[in-house]
Amino acid sequence: MKKRMLVLLTLVLALSAFLAACGNGDSGSSEEAKQDLRLNIRSEPFSLNPGLANDSTSSNVLLQTFEGLTRIDKDGEPEEAMAESFDVSEDQLTYTFKIREDANWSNGDPVTAEDFVYAWKWALDPANQSQYAYQLYYVKGAEEANTGEGKLDDVGVKAVDEKTLEVTLNNPTPYFTQLTAFYTYFPVNSKIAQENPDWYKDAGDDYVTNGPFKMTEWNHSESIKLEKNETYWDADAVKLATVEYSMIDDAGTARSMYENDELDWNGLPFDTVSTDAIKALKDSGELKTQATAGTYWYKFNTEVEPLNNVHIRKALTYAIDRKSIVEQITQGGQIPATAAVPPTMFPENEEGYFKDNDVEAAKAELQKGLDELGLKDASELPTITLSYNTDEAHAKIAQAIQDMWKSNLGIDVTLGNEEWAVYIDKLHSGDYQIGRMGWLGDFNDAINFLELYRDKEGGNNDTNWENPEFKQLLIDSQKETDTAKRQQMLKDAEAILMDELPIAPIYFYTNVWVQKDNLKDVVISGLGDAQLKWAYFE
Amino acid sequence: MIKYLTRRVLFMLLSLLLIVTATFFFMRLAPGNPFTSEKQLPPAIEANLNEHYGLNDPWYVQYGEYLLRIVQWDFGPSFKYKSQTVNDLINEGFPVSLVLGMEAIFIALAVGVLLGIIAALKHNKWQDYTAMIIAVLGISVPSFIMAAFLQYVFAMKLGLFPVARWGTFSQSVLPAIALAAGPTAFIARLTRSSMLEVLSNDYIKTAKAKGLSQTTITVKHAIRNAILPVVSYMGPLSAGIVTGSFVIEKIFGIPGLGSHFVKSIGNRDYTVIMGVTVFYSIILLVSVLLVDILYGLIDPRIKLAGGKKGE
Repeated sequence: MKKRMLVLLTLVLALSAFLAACGNGDSGSSEEAKQDLRLNIRSEPFSLNPGLANDSTSSNVLLQTFEGLTRIDKDGEPEEAMAESFDVSEDQLTYTFKIREDANWSNGDPVTAEDFVYAWKWALDPANQSQYAYQLYYVKGAEEANTGEGKLDDVGVKAVDEKTLEVTLNNPTPYFTQLTAFYTYFPVNSKIAQENPDWYKDAGDDYVTNGPFKMTEWNHSESIKLEKNETYWDADAVKLATVEYSMIDDAGTARSMYENDELDWNGLPFDTVSTDAIKALKDSGELKTQATAGTYWYKFNTEVEPLNNVHIRKALTYAIDRKSIVEQITQGGQIPATAAVPPTMFPENEEGYFKDNDVEAAKAELQKGLDELGLKDASELPTITLSYNTDEAHAKIAQAIQDMWKSNLGIDVTLGNEEWAVYIDKLHSGDYQIGRMGWLGDFNDAINFLELYRDKEGGNNDTNWENPEFKQLLIDSQKETDTAKRQQMLKDAEAILMDELPIAPIYFYTNVWVQKDNLKDVVISGLGDAQLKWAYFE
Repeated sequence: MIKYLTRRVLFMLLSLLLIVTATFFFMRLAPGNPFTSEKQLPPAIEANLNEHYGLNDPWYVQYGEYLLRIVQWDFGPSFKYKSQTVNDLINEGFPVSLVLGMEAIFIALAVGVLLGIIAALKHNKWQDYTAMIIAVLGISVPSFIMAAFLQYVFAMKLGLFPVARWGTFSQSVLPAIALAAGPTAFIARLTRSSMLEVLSNDYIKTAKAKGLSQTTITVKHAIRNAILPVVSYMGPLSAGIVTGSFVIEKIFGIPGLGSHFVKSIGNRDYTVIMGVTVFYSIILLVSVLLVDILYGLIDPRIKLAGGKKGE
């Protein structure tokens, strides 16, 4: 009996090994570099309709398959894409774009101005519930149409003729051509979209795109496959043949796949490098870092004691040793932040507004604050809670800062953490004292960061802080047509923000990744997103 | 038999109703809603979204509408994945988890029962100890460690299998083994102890005395009775394995149903939470029913209708 069982078992094992070998035998290697890129985007995208997308996962795919009026080039400047030229009126309120003659959809249909009009109005239509529609609010009548107070017909975007698009803005917006490179401004094939409102839910004949690649396969929650789009006007510049995205959530597995040559890239902006691997990769020189437009900061609830006192806030902000945090904890080449706007927009912010780890100044501010509050000593301060969303990195940083405040200022702070959705809910409803947050820029202009704090009731403010001078500077800057003057206004506004400190900036984000050595020319913008149009394998 | 089945099905429906109700209320208790995000939505848009998905209606209206939908097997749209409905998610994810689960169950049963029988027959000899050490390892080592270990040894070092993803047979071997590890060990122990108990019974002695071979005794007589605890374990086990394991699916990048169970809670994706919970409950209830029926088939002494022993 035993012998028979053993024989049977051995046969079964042998069979499975044989079958396994069968399944694995197709990795034929060729001499010439294969132009097939394999990436991991971690999860199923929220939506592959450019008007609905609101996340970086979707953006990673959409930036390769669609194209807007402009595209951000290798130097971070907008270059003509679907629009071969454009004119701006004297008052900078009207843009006229000329769409290329040879701009086509992947099914051969020409790209028309109507495609843009349809797409923008579709995103603004409240019935479609686009969560990123507010990106279009720069256009006249857009906000009214989206909130139901106005009509879609009154939105300032018009197809003058088949290849001419006229856009009317609310204010002179010098960064408008940056915005038109953002996915909410992409066109869709209006003919197909009108016939088949579900065109964007699957790959297929109706999913047509106008960018360097077309989507040939979409296996939900599993993988997406792109192929070079031969009808693209600049197809000669595209060297990759295929791109395959897998959706592996686990950073450890992605790392193993990268090492086992099953992926060509591990890290931002597509997925993440697991934190335990960063040090080793940095030491071996394999790790690549690039500053991106993002700031990690702590928000103060300025309506809660003692954070309503500006000196206490200054004391807490000055007493943080940012250099140690980025060197010991995050270790990704991040830059200590002593300003709100990242250096990719204001290069002088690498220096910032105050000294990092300025314990002297912190103590002086603490004393002033205690005097104003009528307290003798830091131990008499009401308890302060520092909250963050549950995450290993945030926890480590919070613990370090808790320790810094205790040893430098004698202030005791308790830590608290919640799951992301619970945490963000508390923050938005003001149920916190000090809360951790980050902000990543959507477009390359400082106002993106400053306008967060313009209105006390603003959806992303959370600090309950408002300053009329700050507000006025931002509003005036929207109407200023002279670039130098406008920049100065924004700098002045930031100075106010850094003087009143409703937030304590900690560090500026970087993208951290590893990639195969022979992969070239993947362009990562200052905002941290990637374009594969020019990429190739050597 | 028919009366028995009818009664069971009625109880199943009742349980299902209770599960749906409890889940409905508990998930609404958590702070946050499907649209909470870092860049807070303009209030007008959020109001719109809530209106569209009926989140503004009073709770009993939402509850009633939801029950009506479930009866028609329509779980609604997913809040998080705009291109798919919950039915889509289940239809795509379940077959994947099912195939993986069946492979794992096959391995667990085959290897587990085998190990258990060998251990029982060679009680207190080296085969027994080896089998039980393997069993303890299988139960104690967490599944993600087992998964990472298998990936490291068999995929990266030996290059026999790919590290992750799904589609070919060779991609399914490592995850199936990782998934089967715990259940194999448990089944081995169960089989062993119940075999030992059965082997000490009088009728086995009679069989030996009659001169039957060891094989015949084991296969024809002992196993049938020893297998009963394993059968009861298989009920909830199959339901659990077949609907997907979150950890294994995450580590091997398998697009099964398991990840949706956990992610939907973080996403506050109400419809997905309800959908997968209802789906899982149905499978669980059906497996338990099947197991009970199987009992009656394996051991004629067990009367399903129960209660009227002396009839």
